[in-house]
Amino acid sequence: MLEYDMLLLRFGEISLKGRNRSRFEKVAHKHVKALLYPYPRAEIIKEYGRIYIALNGEPMAPIIAAMKNVFGVTSISPIKVAPSRLEDILRIAVDFVEQMKVAPGTRFKVSSRRVWKPFPHSTQEMNKLVSTPILNACPELKVDVHDPELDLRVEIREQGTYLFCEVIPGAGGFPLGTNGKAMLLLSGGIDSPVAGWSALRRGLEIECVHFHSYPFTSKKAEQKVIDLATVLAQFAGSIKMHLVPFTEIQTKLAQSGQENLIITLMRRSMLRIATKLAERNGALALVTGDSLGQVASQTLSSMNAIGRVTDLPLLRPLVMTDKVDIIAMAQQIGTYDLSILPYEDCCTLFVPKSPATNPNLHVLENVERSMEDLDQMISKAVEDTETIVIRPGRRIVRRESAEDQVVQENWF
Amino acid sequence: MIYFDHAATTPPYEDVAKTVAEVMVRHYGNPSSLHRLGEESAKLLDKAREVSAAALKVRPREIVFTGGATESNNLAIKGAALHYAGRGKHLITTSTEHPSVLESVKQMAVWGWEATILPVDEDGCVTAEQVREALRPDTVLVSVMHVNNETGTVQPVEEIGRLLKAAAPRVLFHVDGVQGFGKLPISLADSGIDLYSLSAHKLRGPKGVGLLYVREGLQLAPLLAGGGQEGGYRSGTENIPYIVAFSKALRLAAEGREARSTKLLRLRERLTRGLAELPELTVNSPAQGAPHIVHFSYPGMKAEALLHMLEEDGFFVSTRSACSSKRSEPSRVLLAMGKSKEVASSGIRISLGDEHEERDIDALLAALRQSVKRLQALR
Repeated sequence: MLEYDMLLLRFGEISLKGRNRSRFEKVAHKHVKALLYPYPRAEIIKEYGRIYIALNGEPMAPIIAAMKNVFGVTSISPIKVAPSRLEDILRIAVDFVEQMKVAPGTRFKVSSRRVWKPFPHSTQEMNKLVSTPILNACPELKVDVHDPELDLRVEIREQGTYLFCEVIPGAGGFPLGTNGKAMLLLSGGIDSPVAGWSALRRGLEIECVHFHSYPFTSKKAEQKVIDLATVLAQFAGSIKMHLVPFTEIQTKLAQSGQENLIITLMRRSMLRIATKLAERNGALALVTGDSLGQVASQTLSSMNAIGRVTDLPLLRPLVMTDKVDIIAMAQQIGTYDLSILPYEDCCTLFVPKSPATNPNLHVLENVERSMEDLDQMISKAVEDTETIVIRPGRRIVRRESAEDQVVQENWF
Repeated sequence: MIYFDHAATTPPYEDVAKTVAEVMVRHYGNPSSLHRLGEESAKLLDKAREVSAAALKVRPREIVFTGGATESNNLAIKGAALHYAGRGKHLITTSTEHPSVLESVKQMAVWGWEATILPVDEDGCVTAEQVREALRPDTVLVSVMHVNNETGTVQPVEEIGRLLKAAAPRVLFHVDGVQGFGKLPISLADSGIDLYSLSAHKLRGPKGVGLLYVREGLQLAPLLAGGGQEGGYRSGTENIPYIVAFSKALRLAAEGREARSTKLLRLRERLTRGLAELPELTVNSPAQGAPHIVHFSYPGMKAEALLHMLEEDGFFVSTRSACSSKRSEPSRVLLAMGKSKEVASSGIRISLGDEHEERDIDALLAALRQSVKRLQALR
């Protein structure tokens, strides 16, 4: 196996951002630094539009895996470093390609870049100088400068020459939080954590809002949502989570006599509460896991009836995504196994036999008007909301007072 | 009374027994129940899994609790073979494995599986090279024990694991770690081991509980189908008191490993030196064996005779492995090592544990000298 010395992280859209670029790069740099914390010998070298990581003996595979979580990074390349002397470059380049063990007939090309101008050979010369001994050593390669399968990059710098060809896709998107803040409506399902990840990836800072119907729902259900947010916190660094007591409102709505509309009514109240929480916390949008047509409350007609209660932009990253693709994303992110735990949450608790797929806006408004204290209850729910901060790797267990003694350390 | 049969089973830590009692009384809830009592049991199960995973330096979700190492070995071999039958129908193991491995391998023959049983050298060892030569394109699994339960022979499992990962990365590697854990270092993370069996009662935990490490990404066909506990690999209501107590024993075994090895090695050397002074006896354990097992023979003498004489003096020892000792045939393991029938029928196993000191070894040696002298007349 070829021993690599460095990693190259490339940024995509950030570099289009003109004057914001340096701010964006600073955020990405901070994110990289945080993720490299377990690898103290790894060293970050910043450059225009890219970041280099000198491994200095730290393991490459787990660092690449970690760097795939850095939003804004479009691709990653492992690099072999040669001293910037022609004979060394040639020797290591031949070795590099030989160790790739490419299939016969692979289309091949060398692309040199002379960053260090005092180097005595021009880019054109270098392409020839490097490819000649490689082709001698690996005669099965076929030169193709237009459509190469193996493009060996040779970047000549004063401190060393970087050789690389592999390009591993990164997470893409924008660095953390560089596009403002939004509230994520986080249920215990499969979709909303994926929506949250998509928002993070696109540079949104998110705060989670979760509605619970304690004591109708169990502590397990709440723990599950906290655990889901903890997974998101691995990407975000830390995440605020607002736990909204929804039991009273839910009970009130259930008594309205409009069984088919209850989900729609609940969603409307949830959006009202989330909007108030957004105002309090300086967020400018709401993010939901809605996927068009997936369930009754996600038909176009339901979305229309529900979305009207808020003035904030409603961001639905998954609105046009199929369920199978959402599941694949959830598995990738690491939320799927948690999401499928079978605890009831407030949305699954009182599911009507036939929820309305085409709710009538007038009926909804009339029902809500008939409940004089609904606004008050919404304000109270906002007042009674508990906020916790979730950090990766630190398990938060709430409502523990009665259970402190469950896990007795001396038993283990 | 001095107990020298730790390879058969170990006296549980007092704290472990206390844990079993306390948890059994207080947390009888079913971890699958939705109420608080069930939740609490589920929490204990989670914690036990975390503690066990930390002791093995693996991820909690890679731990499957079982009813003991026999079950773990059965699940590893049959579960992997059945699930990966599409890859081929060939298994590799060694001739000195524990019966729960060998019999599982033999059982697979019923479903058309072939097995290569590797012979061992005079020390009871196989080499990585032997494993490589036995590999076939349809090999699904290799199973090699870490430490032999009868002689203390140490197999080069880490070397075999690395060889397999390099030469045949799709071939699964199971290690029966029952006699090795807590005595010898083992690194599951970087030695190519996919499946690893442990038993609680060999580590001063309770009987009736064990575990199987299943490397993440692997699938097994369950032997026990049902409610889907233990990730679907092992249905049946979890035995919370035993599992919690097991995790404690496992943690203690891992934490005290180095100090324990050093001490046991010192005792073993003292014992081996003493045995060498008795010309009637031949030591069968290799010099490089595990620190807690010394196996010797008294050729020409039925092993039981010596065993019972020692018992009269208050020393509990064993004739070969406990699972086979009720049979009177010569030891399969010793025969496989090329020992004569005479040597193989007269074996005595001394296995050491935490409570032993130098004076216990000296007392045992004194009793041995006496017994050998008395038995001399019968030979």
